[in-house]
Amino acid sequence: MSQRANKPVTRGPAGATEVVVIGAGHSGLAMSHVLGEQGIGHVVLERGEVANAWRTERWDSLRLLTPNWMTRLPGYSYRGDDPDGYMSAREVVDFISAYATHTSAPVQTRTAVTGVEPIGNGGDGYWVATDRGNWRCRAVVLATGAFSKPIVPRVAEAMPASVEQFTAQTYRNSQQLPKGAVLVVGGSATGLQLAQEIHLSGRPVTLAVGEHVRMPRVYRGRDIQWWMLASGVLDQRIEEADEPDRARRVPSPQLIGTPERVTLDLNALRALGVEVVGRLMGIRDGKAQFSGSLRNVCALADLKMNRLLASIDEWAERHGVTGEAGSAERYAPTDVGQSPRLGLVLGEEVRAVVWATGFHPDYSWLHVPVFDRKGGLKHDRGVVDAPGLYVLGLPYLRRRKSSFMHGAEDDVRELAAHLAGYLHRATTDLRSLDEVDIRTVGVIAASLPRRPDSTQTAI
Amino acid sequence: MTIQTKTSANTTKTAENGVNVAALLGAREALGKTPEAARFKWRASSEWIRGTHSRATVDGFFGLGGEQQHRQTYNFDSDHPEIFASEDKGATPLEFVLVGLAGCLSAGIASIAQLRNIQLKSVKATLEAGMDLQGILGIDETVRNGFDGIKVRYEIDADASADDIAALVAQSQKRSAVFDIIANPTDVTVTASKK
Repeated sequence: MSQRANKPVTRGPAGATEVVVIGAGHSGLAMSHVLGEQGIGHVVLERGEVANAWRTERWDSLRLLTPNWMTRLPGYSYRGDDPDGYMSAREVVDFISAYATHTSAPVQTRTAVTGVEPIGNGGDGYWVATDRGNWRCRAVVLATGAFSKPIVPRVAEAMPASVEQFTAQTYRNSQQLPKGAVLVVGGSATGLQLAQEIHLSGRPVTLAVGEHVRMPRVYRGRDIQWWMLASGVLDQRIEEADEPDRARRVPSPQLIGTPERVTLDLNALRALGVEVVGRLMGIRDGKAQFSGSLRNVCALADLKMNRLLASIDEWAERHGVTGEAGSAERYAPTDVGQSPRLGLVLGEEVRAVVWATGFHPDYSWLHVPVFDRKGGLKHDRGVVDAPGLYVLGLPYLRRRKSSFMHGAEDDVRELAAHLAGYLHRATTDLRSLDEVDIRTVGVIAASLPRRPDSTQTAI
Repeated sequence: MTIQTKTSANTTKTAENGVNVAALLGAREALGKTPEAARFKWRASSEWIRGTHSRATVDGFFGLGGEQQHRQTYNFDSDHPEIFASEDKGATPLEFVLVGLAGCLSAGIASIAQLRNIQLKSVKATLEAGMDLQGILGIDETVRNGFDGIKVRYEIDADASADDIAALVAQSQKRSAVFDIIANPTDVTVTASKK
């Protein structure tokens, strides 16, 4: 919003409410449901349709990394007949849309937020400007997700013009790509999935890999996610992490959701013929330069995987699930070959690069001084460094599972409780609020559609 | 990403590897908050003696926002061996690279072992780098000047499992400046002026 805080250009007042939730993805809708349970007036603003990113910003073959039986939101769970399957992007859209309907979420679609500014000096609520009028509210929940802006490393600037560049957000399927070899950059789930798909389309792939997280899809007869959930790994709290900042930056594990429940790792890709190389460090004179650290990043990932599996074995032993599960397994170390390639000429045979190098959240419209010197949002486990401002759905926000769909509920309940406490304190502390504002907000909020008490679905 | 278990109270003996972990962690904390103090400049000077023999000197560096001094000045002679018709007054510059890598990785291993409370008993490394002289002699343009690979072999005796020792060595590579300098491209500027 280019206008000053208290005098935004009005395109017709949209209204006032207690809480504006920005984003109708799974996090925003989960928050909406819990706010509704507590009778807190709110609106969910969505730039497109419900589950917009899943509709418009994901590649065609993407499936969830978690099995269907894990996929649930507050008061709602998977109802299909394939509990061990993995939802396609389309099915995720259907699931989240059904949730919005089920919970009668007060979503205003096709409403893009253009600016959020504090009213007064902070503590008096926020203006939320949209392309369909402005909202006044006392609290704002940022639920636009962690995967808004693809990260493209600076080395991309030196990419020869003859190489077409794609990101995990612009890539839909291999037909978009020119014929010829492709460089895929990134060793997370995204990088490995795209490398496999593109290679199988007849375009030879070189995959550049930095630090990564390796794990089998199925361990001892059960989905690896089952083990991590049952043993409490996914519930580990950020307070317990030795290095919280680093824990939040850990890339997504190398997993893929397929009907066959196959393991997708670097060994599997090399067996297909994908050439695995070290991290992309630079591009000089049209030549990509790869790190000589590939062996070590693979050794690190193997060691970490084995630690995870050993802790699962130990847990299984302690909890007596050894009888029903298969026996302990260990996997072949990652084989990087005799001498991994250190350079690759771009632009001749290699005609395209796909950046699978992660995402940033996008808060370019958030005009509140809550950013650190690197542009990161300052928050304590979702409670942003400004009164009445909250954020949801970021990796390891409060727990390891925070960015997963099944992880939303615990975070949302805790943050909604904090938010309710904030609203209560703000209301009772008249010194901090202009009485006229409260009345205005109250009157308009009362006229907003309220959700009926929803009938809860057993999980 | 492992399942957390409570450690039993009878295993709280602190490892003694001669590394001041508290100081390292303190520095990390402090330098995270003051990025300008974290900017260092490392220096060496060198003077050609005769033939392939040079003597390098290291004494000062810049860091923590100011000039710093080593406890004393260190000198290093580099030369080529006699089979190259040189006088062999010191290690070859190539060998200094291996010395740097070993020193850096072993320092990392000791620090990380201390942090993880692993008592080291001995840490021995042997390093070997392959090189095809046809590169520097200009005989074959397709052969690079430098190493075609470096193999570092650690033998470590410590109160830890083989996996824990492997993890120490892996983590040390991950955090090693010299490993990074060798494994990744570095921009190098060399200028000259007439005295």
